[in-house]
Amino acid sequence: MRYSAFSIVRNALSGNLNWKPQWRQPQPKSHYDVIIIGGGGHGLSTAYYLAKEFGVKNVAVLEKGYLGSGNVGRNTTIVRSNYMLPGNEPFYEFSMKLWEGLEQDLNYNVMLSQRGVIMLYHSDAQRDAYVRRGNAMWMEGVAAELIEREQLKKMIPFLNYDHARYPILGGLLQRRAGTARHDAVAWGYARGADRHGVDIIEHCEVTGIRRENGVVTGVETTKGFIGCGKLALAAAGNSSRVGEMADLKLPLESHVLQAFVTEGLKPCIDHVIVYGGGHFYISQSDKGGLVFGAEIDGYSSYAQRGNLATAEHVMEEGVTMIPGLSRVRVLRAWGGVMDMSMDGSPIIDRTSIDNLYLNCGWCYGGFKATPASGYCFAHLIARNDTHPVARALRLDRFARGYAVDEAGAGPQPNLH
Amino acid sequence: MASLITCPHCGVRPKEEFAIRGDASRGRPEPMDSDEAWHDYVYVRANPRGRTQEHWHHVAGCRRFLVVERDTATHEVYSVVDAAEFALRATR
Repeated sequence: MRYSAFSIVRNALSGNLNWKPQWRQPQPKSHYDVIIIGGGGHGLSTAYYLAKEFGVKNVAVLEKGYLGSGNVGRNTTIVRSNYMLPGNEPFYEFSMKLWEGLEQDLNYNVMLSQRGVIMLYHSDAQRDAYVRRGNAMWMEGVAAELIEREQLKKMIPFLNYDHARYPILGGLLQRRAGTARHDAVAWGYARGADRHGVDIIEHCEVTGIRRENGVVTGVETTKGFIGCGKLALAAAGNSSRVGEMADLKLPLESHVLQAFVTEGLKPCIDHVIVYGGGHFYISQSDKGGLVFGAEIDGYSSYAQRGNLATAEHVMEEGVTMIPGLSRVRVLRAWGGVMDMSMDGSPIIDRTSIDNLYLNCGWCYGGFKATPASGYCFAHLIARNDTHPVARALRLDRFARGYAVDEAGAGPQPNLH
Repeated sequence: MASLITCPHCGVRPKEEFAIRGDASRGRPEPMDSDEAWHDYVYVRANPRGRTQEHWHHVAGCRRFLVVERDTATHEVYSVVDAAEFALRATR
């Protein structure tokens, strides 16, 4: 399916009845060179880059629901590369650069909006920590700006600057960061992968992984057995369940993260604003709704819905930062299942099984990583070699003592 | 629902009073056990979908560690016992 101004007019005149699907609905072949389990953002981008950049075109993506029914359609659409640790920052900056060229690459409007992400600080100690983070970003060639209180007041006048416990003293700004339309990212990658010959097979749940002589030979699915040369797992919150089929023991715990959207308002929030007194973050979608979220619910969960106490806590944080939010009505709330890792950082690596590859542990930061995750995973699968920017994101880093723990919280997933 | 926990000492209490430590089914290795045993204990999780046992610390109540048995898919809570009682049952 191609789009143009002309096609919009033509289809409008014919009652919008003749739009074609953006990707095929193929029946699975008996064998693929690579099978990717999981048709979310990361699975689709992996398939796209495998076919386009690494010349591996006999690829299938298996999705148990409909395409984009998981976290790629459940996040708060934020893209940024303002990490501190040297194991993380080059990876996320690589992702940011891919975002900046994504629309041209896919020829698809993913509505990337580099409106800037600002993280607020509320104490001198927190300012010091953000100065340090900003410097760490500069060390990796990523621009960061410290915005002091008076300048911030001009930029974002509606914040609660004089709160007694959490006064707002300033913020760390990454101007290139922003938001992207999450569904369009899934659709764009799906269409791109499909055009390069990738079979995207929806409503096809993997029920078993068949192994012979220590290597994977294929997967049992609800649409029968499908053979493969290499198997790649990109199952996000269900990684432990899929990994179990191949006896993998993973450093993951699944948690639920909620997100919210309000009724549509006129343009009022120009940036992505992150509260420093909690974990609250907010932006305004192009439709006008305020999109926000905060912490995970705290207990491990596979339910794609959260509890009311956390919803209340999120709203309280929001109103503490922007008192005017109390007048806005929330339209919808939803939950996604996060594959929380033991250090809060992701895993892109080989496994103990030669032709089985693993992509998981995205915690609640997977959306921004979608392009780099797919690119690095495709690099690993095609060349059997880790991409340079993903070198720190190995599965055995815990055993070797090289955890990439941005929050410094230790192996306690509900604290990351 | 896991929003309300019936503490054996304090009665029905909201989830916010508790700090959740995680999986209670794993046994702590002996000090001189292998690095692999310790790695598995510290970093690897079974992460079940369904019935699970977890340590919940009632920080804003009796400050006892409890073992909550619940379902990670439905959020149903089956039982809550004191961790000492849980350990006693395991050794019996």
